[in-house]
Amino acid sequence: MTTAIDVWILAGLVILPLAGACMVYALPRLNPGLGLITVVALACLSALLVIRVAIVGPYRHAVGSWGAPLGIDLHADGLSAVMIGMTGVVGLIISIYAVAYLRHTPRRAQEFFWPLWLFLWGSLNALFLSGDIFNMYVALELIGLGAVALAALGGSREALVAAIRYLLIALAASLIYLLGVALTYSRHGTVDWLLLSDITGSDPVTRIALALLMGGLLVKSAIWPLHVWLPPAHANAPAPVSAALSALVVKAGIYIMLRLWFWAFAGVTTVELGTVLAVLGTAAILWGSLMALRQARLKLLVAYSTVAQLGYIMLAFALTVGPPASRLAWEGGVYFIVAHACAKAAMFLAAGTILYSVGHDRIRDLAGIGQRLPMTFFAFALGGVSIMGLPPSGGFVAKWLLLNAALTSGQWWWMVVLVVGGLLSAAYLFRFGNRAMLRPKADLRTKPVPRLMEYSALALACLALLLGIFADQTLDLIDRVRPVTITLWEIAR
Amino acid sequence: MTTAQLFAIAGAGIVAIGFYAQLARHNLIRKILGLNLMGSGVFLILVSLAGRGETPDSVPQAMVLTGLVVSVSATALALALVRRLHRESGRLDWVMPTPPPPELMSEDEESDDDSH
Repeated sequence: MTTAIDVWILAGLVILPLAGACMVYALPRLNPGLGLITVVALACLSALLVIRVAIVGPYRHAVGSWGAPLGIDLHADGLSAVMIGMTGVVGLIISIYAVAYLRHTPRRAQEFFWPLWLFLWGSLNALFLSGDIFNMYVALELIGLGAVALAALGGSREALVAAIRYLLIALAASLIYLLGVALTYSRHGTVDWLLLSDITGSDPVTRIALALLMGGLLVKSAIWPLHVWLPPAHANAPAPVSAALSALVVKAGIYIMLRLWFWAFAGVTTVELGTVLAVLGTAAILWGSLMALRQARLKLLVAYSTVAQLGYIMLAFALTVGPPASRLAWEGGVYFIVAHACAKAAMFLAAGTILYSVGHDRIRDLAGIGQRLPMTFFAFALGGVSIMGLPPSGGFVAKWLLLNAALTSGQWWWMVVLVVGGLLSAAYLFRFGNRAMLRPKADLRTKPVPRLMEYSALALACLALLLGIFADQTLDLIDRVRPVTITLWEIAR
Repeated sequence: MTTAQLFAIAGAGIVAIGFYAQLARHNLIRKILGLNLMGSGVFLILVSLAGRGETPDSVPQAMVLTGLVVSVSATALALALVRRLHRESGRLDWVMPTPPPPELMSEDEESDDDSH
């Protein structure tokens, strides 16, 4: 049974960061203490939600008891819990890194980082708890506003242009998504994703609505060929922001895609449509990896790696055929999101530490950095192990599940994509790794790095590894709630 | 044709015009205006949905109100960023400042490798 505490957890996850953001903005002198307190409280609330959902199962709360259709419903289930848990842990470690990192940046950057970051966190939580696709639109817009402002925080001309491009593209994408919401409402009279999951068959209006919704989300989650905004925006932001953008913000779009695919439009989606998405994902893997191989700057390499990695999640959509394969694909997709969040945040934090210490991130001139910053390089490499999908990392479990799904559904060609993608990621990671392992040149000057920055990157990298070792427990939580599609099939057969 | 249908078609047309501006214009202010047009078009479609039945449907209207707030804040952020960019660089266009050209394994890099 849900109790009043459960309701407060839901509300707190959204209200606390927003209230914290206002407080931090009004009292900049209390930075970073106040920001950090809010972040720790938020992480605790996130953990509480995960525990409660694991105990009582999915639950829903109508805010202010208005109820649908005019009110706002908050809905927590297994997927929400996993996403919020991921945001809580990754966000907490990024915040700790930010405390050390921002001490050495202009005062203004520090003053604006905390309110914007808390605002972004609140919007992410709001998205993961949204009970309908219109509130998802609102949350998505808020996430976009927070992310763009954070991306511009560096203040350089590159960062500004990258942020403006990001904003304009994201806004156009949200409007296309909103058009899809409008069409869905016009045809089915509801925007609640749980109620929508009852619709079956496909009339033209529903199909166009689904196409518009997915189209907008493909831009938001930077799936090839709509990824062009991502690398400059992620690579030119301050390190903790790059990590948050790549680990958490792009997952917002992917989360909604999962909700639409496995719930709201479960009765409308077809294998062909999933194949289209997976083909885009394949192109993303190949293109992103090849571009990562060509980058001269470390942060751009990591950013293009994000483009490639997001492609893998798209493969899951093609593999949702029949019950066993769907279940594996679903688990694999969600696991990939979580593993990538930890690994990529670790890599971006490590790259930021290198940039801070050396003053540039030109890969060519970083020979021997592994000897100068061993712990940071180790964190980068551990993150890389998960990105390449080597055992025993979280990335390995995710790819293993996807491989199994490809095998059970008889679509072996996706296995080729998975393997080739893994090799390509090894290629671009070793390109940096090899140089880092060389003997340092005399002109490689490094300044000492705050311990906190090194430890936090390492903590995230270890987390990516632990996800591989404690796979059973995490999968249990993901399975707390099965997507509607899978339950339907299991009943039907 | 009912009024609601007329509104919906006009809305779709406005969305198309705004989207065209997104693709074809390079001036950032024009792009922002284009976005605002797109938004207005979507809102018009939503309003037309509200007017389909005998009694006005309040849900799409509530969506438009929320959407307006979002759109105003997004426009404000976009304008603030554009102003800052204009102050920094005197430019108002979409063009990315040229990054250093992507370097493949250059000769210089190969020759470094014997420092094992």
